[in-house]
Amino acid sequence: MYRYDPLDQRLVDERVEQFRDQVARRMAGEITEDEFKPLRLMNGLYIQLHAYMLRIAIPYGMLSSTQLRKLAHIARTYDRGYGHFTTRQCIQFNWPKLEDTPDILAELAEVQMHAIQTSGNSFRNVTADQYAGVSADEIEDSRPYAEIIRQWGALHPEFSYLPRKFKIAVTGSPNDRTAAKFHDIGVILKKNDAVETGFEIIIGGGQGRTPMIAQTVREFLPRHDLLSYLEAIMRIYNLMGRRDNIFKAKLKILVYKLGIDEMQKLVEEEWNQIKDGPLKLPQAEIDRVAAHFAPSPFETVESDLRAFDIHKFESPAFARWARTNVAAHKQSGYTIVNLTLKPTGGVPGDATAEQMDAVANLADRYSLGEIRVTHEQNLVFAHVKEADLYRLWRALDEIGFATPNLSLIGDMICCPGLDYCGLANARSIPVAQRIGKRFADLDRQLDIGELRLKISGCINACGHHHVGHVGILGVERKGEEYYQITLGGNPAMDATIGDVVGPAFSSDDVVDAVETIVTTYVKLRADGERFFDTYHRVGAEPFKEQLYLEKADAAA
Amino acid sequence: MALRIFTGNRVADGIVVYLDDAGGWTETVSQSRLVATSEDQVAATEMADKASDDAVVADPYLIDVTEDGGEIRPVRYRERIRAYGPPVHPDFVKTTPLDTDHFTPGGGASRPSGDGA
Amino acid sequence: MPLLKSGKLVDDPWTHVADEVAIPASGPVIVGLKRWREERAALIKRKDPVGVRLQSDHTAGDVADDLEHLGVVALAFPVFKDGRAYTNARRLRERHGYRGEVRAIGNVLRDQYLFMQRCGFDALEVKEGETEQDWQRATGAITVFYQPAADGRETVIRKRHSQTS
Repeated sequence: MYRYDPLDQRLVDERVEQFRDQVARRMAGEITEDEFKPLRLMNGLYIQLHAYMLRIAIPYGMLSSTQLRKLAHIARTYDRGYGHFTTRQCIQFNWPKLEDTPDILAELAEVQMHAIQTSGNSFRNVTADQYAGVSADEIEDSRPYAEIIRQWGALHPEFSYLPRKFKIAVTGSPNDRTAAKFHDIGVILKKNDAVETGFEIIIGGGQGRTPMIAQTVREFLPRHDLLSYLEAIMRIYNLMGRRDNIFKAKLKILVYKLGIDEMQKLVEEEWNQIKDGPLKLPQAEIDRVAAHFAPSPFETVESDLRAFDIHKFESPAFARWARTNVAAHKQSGYTIVNLTLKPTGGVPGDATAEQMDAVANLADRYSLGEIRVTHEQNLVFAHVKEADLYRLWRALDEIGFATPNLSLIGDMICCPGLDYCGLANARSIPVAQRIGKRFADLDRQLDIGELRLKISGCINACGHHHVGHVGILGVERKGEEYYQITLGGNPAMDATIGDVVGPAFSSDDVVDAVETIVTTYVKLRADGERFFDTYHRVGAEPFKEQLYLEKADAAA
Repeated sequence: MALRIFTGNRVADGIVVYLDDAGGWTETVSQSRLVATSEDQVAATEMADKASDDAVVADPYLIDVTEDGGEIRPVRYRERIRAYGPPVHPDFVKTTPLDTDHFTPGGGASRPSGDGA
Repeated sequence: MPLLKSGKLVDDPWTHVADEVAIPASGPVIVGLKRWREERAALIKRKDPVGVRLQSDHTAGDVADDLEHLGVVALAFPVFKDGRAYTNARRLRERHGYRGEVRAIGNVLRDQYLFMQRCGFDALEVKEGETEQDWQRATGAITVFYQPAADGRETVIRKRHSQTS
């Protein structure tokens, strides 16, 4: 993974001192809360319901075991012993003291981490594919470009006060795992006819109040033009994005208003002025960054499935986990292991300091010291030898990260919601917990099959409910929590936005509603059909009937 | 005039606090200073503004409460969550975890939430 | 308002003239864009310099053809969150080659000094009490620059590969 050079290190060190000074001025009353707020947001520090919340960047989801140990240390020393992984590959701590944050950031800087721009109206954490570099379906490893974009966007003097936050995803596989179509900019790796690496650039995606799917602004961009092209997009957005209404300020609204053709015209006009300037990316820099992501020192291991089969035969629990949570690696004899942070009835995406330490140790032992964070709030060990799977599974089981529910209904995305978040309208975590308990039977989960459930506590959609196969949005009505259900969303390249199925359900009724949806699907499905496919084949009517007919019957 | 109290997050550590009778800031909602009349409001607002200017409390604001035999309870559900801690983490609630009454939505009337902590 | 020009507190030779106010017979003046457009010929003929004040919804392009006549272009930050002036400053410097004064006015706060300098601002109308030391601290806080901007500072990528290029 990428390692800072002295310049990268100096930046984060200086940034810590800059923030230390800003905190001191705040505590001395020299700057007001209004003046301080954007400064602390630029270092990822929010005020939430109960306390400050610090959001730490995990660039494109990559973590070393050293870094994870440091996060555990921070949880233990400065917080309440746990952290929460987010849908943008970050980690959040919910209880830091303002006066401690400069020290926290200094400790992070020691291990090449930071909280720069994880909030505020600038570039947020650049996200990428959690299987980058190890999946057979990848065109090329996207991480070098994610790192290059991260640097270009860090403390950008022109684009630190955008109309709104800005999210960029980079993906190297046509089987996109980053939800690129729902980002402000999606950078999609491609090769042209001459087999040269470049990108398709898509813009104007997003969720929130008005979900929109990104559109192509450039079919093929040569790789050396990446930064100048992004700069051109940003310049148009900075000048023309709305600043009068926070709900209409995102790039997607501008793209919608102008239309993609006009947008493209403006971007290309700007780009033509600057493309041969100093933003041209030297091949030497691409090579330098790419070298950090060179293929790991894999051993030549012959795939020996016999031992694997014996373990599966002897331990049905292991077999079940291997079936759901283990994915194919492009290198023979290796696998990709998914650690689902979704224990039944637990808080999705949370990890205690003890669990973090344990995962760091297991990463050292079984996965070349590397951990990836997914936007679905899970972790990945990308380099596990087949021969080690059984031992690893036993160890993961002991720390509670072996729930065999990847991509099943138990593997929910869930935002912090009204338990923590100042923006929320309703609690989301208890809904996730109750649904988890209702579907606790793992055999049943397997039988249901792939069902991506995503829960948000407010319209900001941090839980990605718009792109859930089943999405749940918490709303407030007359002081009560209600839950609106959407069906059929999908964040991949064939993106769809979920359809609202009907009137919202009360807190008491929402879990039953989800069960009704599941049983309706099971009744109607064709052989081997996933929920998503059945829904798009039969449409919403059968689900509406069951959901609302049942209620009418009950009322009658 | 409805009963109200001042609340905010303490600047130094972010913890939820309430303006109390002595003009300081307490973490315990039942110790907060009730604002019942417009005179109360003027006095309390002055104290809140000073706390804001002195960087003691960030952006203090008024919230509606009910009072029942010394027990002061915020009306809005989100303010009850602030007062008593995140219900999903029983370790951090400021009241007994079984006392879900504090956490029910819909205005404070006692109702089994069905959620548990 | 105190004026920080290239990091030094100086007396401001310029006078802002509001739209409804008569333009003084002598002395350097800064007028609004609308006024500039309406009284352009007369303003150019003045023996003392003239400058233009752009609001955040104006663009550098609005004055691009007149830059030779303008001693200063003042770019407004109605609130510090409105970052449009950063783009306009860079456009003035980099696209239009403007060498006169680019001045930040409005909600100009210490924690944006470095960004402003990088985007080509060489003068800032600042809060009462701001010192040259404040400026130095703010603009010296970060010494690593990933992006090329209007300030000509060497970027990280340049530094990394200067031996090999």
